[in-house]
Amino acid sequence: MKPKPYKKIDMSVLVYTESENGKFKKAALEAASYAKSVADQLNTEAIAISFNAESANDLGAYGISKVKNLANDSFTKFNVEAYAEVISEIAKEENSKVIVISQSANAKYLAPLLAINLEAGYVSNVVELPKVDNEFTVKRTAFTNKAFNITSIHTNVKIIGVSSNAFGVHENQVDIEVVNYETGVVVNNSGITVESVDKNTDKVSIADAEIVVSGGRGLKGPENWNLIEDLASTLGAATACSKPVSDMGWRPHSEHVGQTGKPVASNLYIAIGISGAIQHLAGINASKTKVVVNSDPEAPFFKAADYGIVGDAFEVIPKLTEKLKEFKANNA
Amino acid sequence: MKILVCISHVPDTTSKINFTDGDTKFDTNGVQFVINPNDEFGLTRAMWFKEKQGANVDVVTVGGKDTEPTIRKSLAIGADQAIRVDTEAKDGYQVAKELAVIAKDGNYDLIIAGRESIDYNGGMVPGMLAKLIGANFINTCVGLEVEGDKATAIREIDGGKETLTSSLPLVIGGQKGLVEESDLKIPNMRGIMMARKKPLKVVEASVSELSTEAKQFSKPAPKGDVKLVDAENIDELINLLHNEAKAI
Repeated sequence: MKPKPYKKIDMSVLVYTESENGKFKKAALEAASYAKSVADQLNTEAIAISFNAESANDLGAYGISKVKNLANDSFTKFNVEAYAEVISEIAKEENSKVIVISQSANAKYLAPLLAINLEAGYVSNVVELPKVDNEFTVKRTAFTNKAFNITSIHTNVKIIGVSSNAFGVHENQVDIEVVNYETGVVVNNSGITVESVDKNTDKVSIADAEIVVSGGRGLKGPENWNLIEDLASTLGAATACSKPVSDMGWRPHSEHVGQTGKPVASNLYIAIGISGAIQHLAGINASKTKVVVNSDPEAPFFKAADYGIVGDAFEVIPKLTEKLKEFKANNA
Repeated sequence: MKILVCISHVPDTTSKINFTDGDTKFDTNGVQFVINPNDEFGLTRAMWFKEKQGANVDVVTVGGKDTEPTIRKSLAIGADQAIRVDTEAKDGYQVAKELAVIAKDGNYDLIIAGRESIDYNGGMVPGMLAKLIGANFINTCVGLEVEGDKATAIREIDGGKETLTSSLPLVIGGQKGLVEESDLKIPNMRGIMMARKKPLKVVEASVSELSTEAKQFSKPAPKGDVKLVDAENIDELINLLHNEAKAI
């Protein structure tokens, strides 16, 4: 821990803890853990804002000393304007000088609006705690994980978007006060209406997944995707694919990971029949452990992976799935 | 309908990333610059609105003279007019404020930007721009229709999609899905010739202050060699993933 350069003053660190069906997302707990550490650096407290969370006091386990929970049915569907208004309102009430958000789709959607509301400098894709010595700087990824950049934030209020899986979830039990928050912000005043939400609830999303199993052209056709799906369901993993696979329409665009697709920052990324183009590797580089299965030993992915098997996916993957089932059964 | 498409001038996705000046600047030596891929999907969708609904399409970029070939390419693809705000793009907030001046001036119904640029990946310009001009905002947009004064958009969310309707003016952060990869247009000779005659207006910058400032760059530490496991020895892979990587 760095020496604490600030005296305890009337300010706070605020974190937006996103929930889904009332339950906090893992990314929200990671953001809360990060906010607590920043609050410690600044010798102040970490406060959270949640919308319709079922057990807001769970955040005490991650160092949050106060949570303002808005229990209001009109906020059940995510509405970017209204959410940004409420968070801004609380940031002002609590004199929050640092606001921490995750990098979920919704958090990335609202952060820029928040930045304008609060005249705050916003830095996304942050991977470490800030340095708060002479100036306030954060380390972030740039060029789609091909580089890092130290960025200084000049504004009075600062917004930090914490990359998924970069900081981790840290338990740090403190006493927590839960405040039922009421707001004058009205959702219907927004010019945007959410008409329908189509969410695959029985599959884990790439953004939330601990493990991602991804297939490339080496699988030869969409009819062979049961190999990927069986392995993924054995591991409780999300399924993904390379760009050519989504361009050919074998799999939906939403599964395309890489520089122009979705970024992946999972604990484990398993690439099957993916050669490893530079754009693909950039997009998945933030994953902690990478495994490649490819019949071509010259495939560039072997240079980026931690573990590799040179072999035919059609032979290796069913065996791997079987062995993992046994492993899971023995380690349950 | 008046459409403004915001274009970022970025290194091609295959570029090697290096830095100069004590690791404070991106090394452009030998780098090919292109229209930011997320913007290119949006530009192509704008061309569809032009062809089918008679929309007028302007393109804008914030950057020095070196960005002109990129903005000219947008004209060659079919945009009607180009605007370049003559300043180096340093910070998302600065760029959004410059764009806001252009957007207000042009009174656009629809502003299409990319979800993020592939160089700094800030992902903030479209949302900030929308808020600055009081327009609605839809991010990670993978489908867009406009009928009269109402837009219907599909937003990609974590694990699914959401359908939204919005009044105009609207700003979107677009990405692949707005059009297919195969719909992307490569400028033909006629387009390139016509682009030379189309107006490219250079506008002075109006913003000086930055809210954030990019300082030192670094590259990830080189990775150790891959551990190869024999295809006949799957147990060894499971053992490594469990005991060494602690990933399962």
